[in-house]
Amino acid sequence: MLKQSIESLGNRTIQGVWRIGFAARFFVAMLLHSGTAFRRFGLTIREMYFTGVLSLIIILVSGLFVGMVLGLQGYETQQRFGSESALGTLVALSLVRELGPVLAGLLFASRAGSAITAEIGLMKATEQLSAMEMMAVDPIARVVAPRFWAGVISMPLLAALFSAMGILGGYLVGVLLIGVDVGTFWSQMKSSVDFEQDILNGVIKSVVFGVAITTIALFEGYDAPPTAEGVSGATTRTVVTSSLAVLALDFVLTAFMFRGLN
Amino acid sequence: MHNDTLVEIEDVAFGYGARPVLKGINLTARRGQVIAIMGSSGCGKTTLLRLIGGQIKPGQGKVRVAGESVGELDSAALYRLRRKMGMLFQFGALFTDISVFDNVAFQLREHTDLPEDTIRDLVLMKLHAVGLRGAAHLMPSELSGGMARRVALARAIALDPMLVMYDEPFAGLDPISLGVTGNLIRRLTDTLGLTSLVVTHDVQESLKIVDYVYFVSEGVVVAEGTAAEIRASGLPYVHQFVHGEADGPVPFHYPAPSYADDLGLRRQGA
Repeated sequence: MLKQSIESLGNRTIQGVWRIGFAARFFVAMLLHSGTAFRRFGLTIREMYFTGVLSLIIILVSGLFVGMVLGLQGYETQQRFGSESALGTLVALSLVRELGPVLAGLLFASRAGSAITAEIGLMKATEQLSAMEMMAVDPIARVVAPRFWAGVISMPLLAALFSAMGILGGYLVGVLLIGVDVGTFWSQMKSSVDFEQDILNGVIKSVVFGVAITTIALFEGYDAPPTAEGVSGATTRTVVTSSLAVLALDFVLTAFMFRGLN
Repeated sequence: MHNDTLVEIEDVAFGYGARPVLKGINLTARRGQVIAIMGSSGCGKTTLLRLIGGQIKPGQGKVRVAGESVGELDSAALYRLRRKMGMLFQFGALFTDISVFDNVAFQLREHTDLPEDTIRDLVLMKLHAVGLRGAAHLMPSELSGGMARRVALARAIALDPMLVMYDEPFAGLDPISLGVTGNLIRRLTDTLGLTSLVVTHDVQESLKIVDYVYFVSEGVVVAEGTAAEIRASGLPYVHQFVHGEADGPVPFHYPAPSYADDLGLRRQGA
């Protein structure tokens, strides 16, 4: 019994290490074979439509509601300290620094990441990737790399749109519904949001999340066992792993970016 | 090795992990021939095609295609060789997100700089050859199993390869599609000067069209010959296979403990 447990633990550890190694090789191969994704940029644009444009609805609607909630909660809290005029600052900083990249990342992982894994997994299960190899076309260059770059390019754009919609939501609730002064709302926001420290760092975060989510989604699809069960398991793993990766990376990036800022 | 030998497999062994699949296979395909590789499911027929296509490397022995040792080629040389090969996968493996036309045009667009007008003409010619010119605009999801197989065949011959490999081309087809597919393999081989390697367990259909047959069992070639020789063969394995007998050298039952023991029964008097 003890021997079996130790054997099982050993096997799992070896498989885990092997998988990490394979993922690292996969990532390097994807970068090395990225030439096609740029030489034939139409391939990447096509994937940007599927991963980016088709994620727009969920991103825009979620951003609007998150901003509206921020407006309500922020006003209620700030009113206690008599600082309701700083509502614009609160909404904008919360969105561009944290909520925009993180929530857009989580939504992107669920909407686009799962779709990428399912598509690549099914292409593998139905031998489409093997067929491509036999036609002397490298699937990493032709299928994987364009999807990777499409995700990396789409993610910051989606996060920016999420933040923009969130600010609009905060304005609708704070200014139009509650009655915060419109001039104060915008001027406070403009004076307290720094391009480099806040907006640029938010963009960097969303690019890092884009790299992490698309890499996990593509790897899970490529490594999925070629069965219905295998593809469904890989899709679930994509959403779970990439969501956790977004949250963990957010903590690390925040610690580096905003440490010591006033 | 004859001058007209295209594929030569010499004492090839291969296994998945600790499980051996091929244990010293020898096989030769000459140019212009239709060769059938037969054997029961799981005997390593598809593995053999993957070895020829260079998707896996042999653990022992050599696989030569057009004089080149496939297992020893680097990635660029292997891709160059694959441009001269076509492969028909068991269920077609068509790209489901693009139309029939774009599937057949795929290799032409990837590997040539031909103008779109020329590509259009070539694609329509290939589709006409398999009788599906009228289906060019359809998506793969709108095709029947037999039609998908024929589109995949048109795609496999798009670059006029010297070798086409077919993985179970007759599996799951109705009798009409079965005959059509068989005739197409023979006709395309003859008219385009191809060499065809057909992996199948459909004896009756394949014996109608092939020049030579290899029977594979338990990782080795157990019998070979022309269609007539195979039909007349007295070897128990070949006889069972050709006549579709349930029991013989290939047992009906997967190895298992005694049936009575499994059901918890004891013999009377025991």
